[in-house]
Parts: sequence; C-alpha cells; structure tokens
Amino acid sequence: MVGALNLAGAAFLSLLLLAVPSGCTAKTDTPGERVIVNYWEKWAGFEAEAMQSIIDDFNRSQNRIEVRFLTISPIDVKLMLAASGGNPPDLAGLWEYSIPDFAEKGALLPLDDELANAGLGADHYVPVYWELCRHRGFTWALPSTPGCVALFYNKRLFREVGLDPDRPPRTFAEVEAMSRRLTRVELERNGRRVRVSFDELTAAERKSGRYTIVQVGHLPYDAGMFVSAWGFWFGAKYYDGDRRILADDAGNLAAFRWLRDTMTTYGVDQLKDFNASFGQSQTAQSPFLAGKAAMVMQGPWLLNFIEKYSPDLEWGVAPFPAAPGVSDHAPMTLVVSDMLVIPRGAKHPHEAFEFLRYTQRQDVAEKLAILQRKFTALREVSPDFAARNPNPAIGFFTALSRSPGARAVPRLSIWRDYDIEMTVAAMNVRYLIKTPEQALAEVQKRIQWRFDRVRRRWDLVGSERIAEWREDEHW
Amino acid sequence: MSTGEQKHLWTALAFVSPWLVGFAVFTIYPIAASLYYSFCDYDVLSRPLWVGLLNYRDMVTDDVYWKSLSNTLVFSAISLPLGLCFALALALLLNRPVASRGLFRAIFYLPSLVPAVAAGAVWLWILNTRNGLINEALTWLGIHRPPQWLDDPNWTKPGLALVAIWGCGNTVVILLAALQGVPRALLEAATIDGASAWRRLWHVVLPAISPVIYFNFIVGVIGALQTFATVFVMFTNGGPDRSAEFYAVYLYENAFEFRQMGYACAMAWVLFLLTLALTWLASRTTRGFVHYSVD
Repeated sequence: MVGALNLAGAAFLSLLLLAVPSGCTAKTDTPGERVIVNYWEKWAGFEAEAMQSIIDDFNRSQNRIEVRFLTISPIDVKLMLAASGGNPPDLAGLWEYSIPDFAEKGALLPLDDELANAGLGADHYVPVYWELCRHRGFTWALPSTPGCVALFYNKRLFREVGLDPDRPPRTFAEVEAMSRRLTRVELERNGRRVRVSFDELTAAERKSGRYTIVQVGHLPYDAGMFVSAWGFWFGAKYYDGDRRILADDAGNLAAFRWLRDTMTTYGVDQLKDFNASFGQSQTAQSPFLAGKAAMVMQGPWLLNFIEKYSPDLEWGVAPFPAAPGVSDHAPMTLVVSDMLVIPRGAKHPHEAFEFLRYTQRQDVAEKLAILQRKFTALREVSPDFAARNPNPAIGFFTALSRSPGARAVPRLSIWRDYDIEMTVAAMNVRYLIKTPEQALAEVQKRIQWRFDRVRRRWDLVGSERIAEWREDEHW
Repeated sequence: MSTGEQKHLWTALAFVSPWLVGFAVFTIYPIAASLYYSFCDYDVLSRPLWVGLLNYRDMVTDDVYWKSLSNTLVFSAISLPLGLCFALALALLLNRPVASRGLFRAIFYLPSLVPAVAAGAVWLWILNTRNGLINEALTWLGIHRPPQWLDDPNWTKPGLALVAIWGCGNTVVILLAALQGVPRALLEAATIDGASAWRRLWHVVLPAISPVIYFNFIVGVIGALQTFATVFVMFTNGGPDRSAEFYAVYLYENAFEFRQMGYACAMAWVLFLLTLALTWLASRTTRGFVHYSVD
C-alpha cells in the first residue's frame, strides 16, 4: 500500500514538473467572443501610448478582435526566439533593416495575397518606403511610422558668431566653414584666459594643441545610429545588388577621409576631452541638446527629446548638403521606418492583418503620426496634416522623405553586421588608430566573408524557401 | 535483485525522476544539441544545415575571433594575478585585530553584491577620461595626461581589470576564512624559532592556505574566460579597435545579433575545451605549490 502511494506521489511530482512549462503556453485566447491578437512592439513611453490609443480605437470599432499591446526589448532577439520556439505574437514591430533577415530565415508571413484582397499596394505608399517593405519579390511588412534624417542647427549659436540664424548651410563647403566658425575654444593668450572661434586661432596655437574645445560646430561622428550612412552623402553604393559588398568604394572612402580630417583639424585629444563631458545622442547629455554643438544629423523624433530635455533650444532644420557632384539638385536624406509584420506561426494572422490594414487607413496613420510627431509613409497627405501635427518641422520632413535624393540602406540580410563593422571602422578612424583605407579594407573583407556565408546558405535553401513563401502567400 | 528491491528501485527512480527529467531536458539535451549545431549552418529560425567542420575552419580565418580570444587571455593575465594578490593583501589586513574589523569586512565585501550591469554603468563614469574619479585623482597627483581608459585601445583592458579587482570581495571572504584556519601552533612555533612576519607569511601562512588560493585561481581562470556582463555594458561594438571585444561577448553577438547560432555553438565548444586545457595546465603547474593536510 505504502509502495503504491509512493509511486503515485512520484508520478504526481513528475506530472507537476511537466505541467509547469506547458502552463506557460496555455491559451488565453477568447474572453467572451473576441479573438485576442497579441502585438509586440519596441516602443515605450509616449510612442507606446500613441499606439495604445490607436489600438483602443480599433478595439472599440468592432466586437470580434481585441488587440493587446506589449512593449518588448530587444524586440528582434525576443521575436527570433519566440518564432523559433513556435510561439510568436500575432503582430510585431520591427525596424526596416531587419525585414530581409527575418524574411530570409522564414520568420515572417508574406502579405501579398492579403494586400491584394484588401486593395493595398505600391500605389498607396511613397515608393522609397514601399521598397523597404519588400524583399526578393515578396511584401513582408507595412510601415507604421517612417522617418528620415536632416541637419538640425542651433539658431542662438549661429547668431552668437554672427551667422544668419535663418540661413543654414547649403553646400558641403558651407557646412565645413560654418562648423569651424561655430567651434569655440579656450586658451591662454598673453597670460589671460580667452575664448575665441577656432578660425581665430593662429597656426602656432593650432599646432601647439594648447586649447580646450568648449563648443563644436558639426561633428560627423555625433550622428547616433547613422554614422555608417555618411557614405550616401558622398555617393557610396554599399552593395552591388548581387554578390559583392562595396564597403571600400570611393564614396565611403571620401566619407571616412572627411571624418579623419575633422579629427586632425580640431585635434583628436581636444575632441576626446570635449566628448568626455557628454553622453549619447538623444539624451540630456548630448552636446546638441546641451547647447554645446551647433549642428547635428537627426530625424523628426529629435523634437521629442528637445521638448523633454531642452525646451528653450532655438532650432532650425535643413537638408544636409551632399558632397559636390553627388546630388546637386535634389536634397539628400536617409529614410528609415518602423515596420509591422506578421510572424510565421502567428495563431491569428487574419485578425492581425485586419488590425494591420486598419493602421494603414489615412486617418489612422495620420493620427498615429501626429501622436508620435512624425509623418506617414502614405502617398496621400491630408491638407491640414502639418497644421494638426505639433511638430513644426513635419512639412519639411514629409517633403524631404519624398525627395529623389532619398536613400535607404541596402536590402541585405546582414545589414546589421555591416552597420556594426562600419561603426567600428569609423571609431578606428576617429581615434586615428587606422587610416580610412585600412579601416574600410577590413570592413570589406569581413562583411564579404559574412555575406559569402549567407549566400552559400541561400544557394542551398533559396529555391526551397521561395517555394515555401509561395505556399505561405495563401494563408 | 529481488522483486522487492526492484520495486524500491523503481520507486526511488520515480521520486528522482523530476530532477532526472529536468537534467535531461535542460542540461543534457542543450549540451548535445549545441555540439550537433556546431557542425551546422544554423540561424535558430530555419532548419540546421550540416556543414561539417566549416564553423571550426571559419574560426581560424576570423580576425575578430582571434582578437576576442587574445583580449580575453590578456585580460585574464592582468586581472587574475592582480586580483588574487589584492584580495590576499586585503584578507591579511582584515585578519589583523584592528578596530571596526567587521565594518571594514562589510565595506570590502559590498562591491561583490553590486550587479554587474550597475557596476559597469558606474565604472563608465569612474573611468571617464575628463571627469572620472580616477583621472581627477591622477591629475591631482601631477599626471598631465592620465590614461584614456575607455578610448585608448591600450588602456581598455587595464580599466576592466580595475573593475574586476574592485569586485574581489568574495575572494577576500574565502581567503579570510582560510587565514583563520591556519593552525595557531605552527605560527607560534615559527615565532619562537625567530621567524619574522614576512617569513611566517611565506613559509607558514601561504602554504597553509595554498589549497584555497589554488581554488580561487581555478575559479578565477574559468570566470575570467567567461567575462561578459560588465564588458557588454561598458563597451559598444567591442570598444576602440575592438580592444574590449571579449570571447563571451563575441559568442553572444554571433548567437543573438548575427544569428549565426551554429558558429556560436562551435565557439562555445572551443571555449569549453580551452577552459578544460587551462584548468589542467593550472593544476599541473601549481601542483608543487599546493599543500594539503598541514595539521
């Protein structure tokens, strides 16, 4: 009897143990009649609140689907693990550069069939953003809120050095000249501590290096996550569209030489000392928000940080001029976008798509954009959109994103690695550890090696994968 | 085995089965799977493709791999001996009959309670080139251009070694316990024989606590080779010229950022073999210096 009890106890323990993990995936699908759509997003704070407001509207607008929002960080890693475990959310928010990677690895559902049924397609979107949704002939995502970058400048600092605060630089040479004038240094002159413009230093004073930089004009490396993208302003291609990486092309080389020249002009140690007092971009400690950098390359989201950390900042915004001969007529910019995707293995893809389609309605997309102080990727713009948007530069950014000079990072599944390598190379050039040629040769070698590995895999599984996508289209 | 014994065996096995199942599912299976994946092109999301020894061969030509390995070994070579010496010195001081000894012990132990991520965030400011506590002190001492701990590739690893040494409270506590276990009779005998404090330390105390020093050394080797959290927090993309790209960080990047899980698994197995080899080497070379049963 005791033996039987023992066995029963042991069996119960084992069952308990096995029940614990399965409990994690217990379905909590339908409270009442509604289907629950789980939506993972990278946004937190006011951006999350903005999307929650859209979700609330959607949930109120019908009685079949309830979208539930969850902030996840880092979303790409968590989504990858959830998808590989066969338990992804129904909808997720990724960055545009992640789409080719997730698509090639079979983690997303192609949307083409559903888009055709819903009457959505290329005609509805600004072409450059529509292209970000596509990879290898399929559509994988739709934009939630797009962005693009431009030159923000501090009008007060312009005025203080005698520059016209309403006349930002229009050529690349002007950026450089204004930057030198806006760079202020402190030094001992005739026994007195003086503060002068960098332009006013004598050749001997520059050579001696006995000055402290207290304010900068423009620093190419103070561009947050866009340091690797400067090549576009010098005509770089990055990738030949087939099998060759073009990290060491002439455009990137010119961009890296510009970075090196900036460092040698102002002094590596002096710039290091200057930067040691500040934190990262988009924080209160960033030189621009602290009023110690006159110009910086950022997107429309910077306005949210200006409002938060430096509400008195007098700012202006203009396209960052391209190097001579690159884009003389059309303003240049780099476009980026937050993307909505339906992961493969989602339990309710149709319901998720219904919400996805809802977010693409012009009134809904514009509401989200206004709440996040951004613009939309839709071709159509309401006449009063700019007036309703609290971001005074939104008209400028909307127009800039539609410029023929708008560029996007190449549709490569290894772009993230590429970006990291370029950032490492830029840091080595910045600290004069490597020459631009050496640094880019290393990127070329490494990323080509990485890309060859990816290509080798694609050569083996590509046709199988594409057949799988064709089947997946009819979900 | 009688029927009764067999029945007891099954009952016993049934009782330990929760652990056995857990061990098999959460330990044995992942280890075996990682060995299999190390021979595959595997990105976690799609099915693994068998590529034989390719991941291991790729490691040989991967410059960043070698850099991460050399960074980790250099860091271990700096931080391990320095950390042990510092911990021993502290333990010896804390073993002295000084006032508020308990308070000092608590103070020196405190840093090891600080989570690695928080420690990394704090040390970013302590090592700041311009306003950091350390460089302020060095400037005050008359050093015109103190080290650029976070920006100069030559100084990143010494900087990280400082962080590691700062958190040596655990080692201090273990050494302190060992010091209190040194037989008083031996020390008294040495004193009567006219041995100086230095000779008592060298010939009595250190041999007596040598097994504990050895234990800390081995644990330190294993820990240093797996250094991750602090470095991960303090340096983005491996720091200047990848001077702070450590093995475990590069392994993580390959697994979760570059989605080369097969390559990461191969790296993990090489790290395991390396740890095994270094531990074996350490035990071989230190065998003559470790004394057991001093009573």
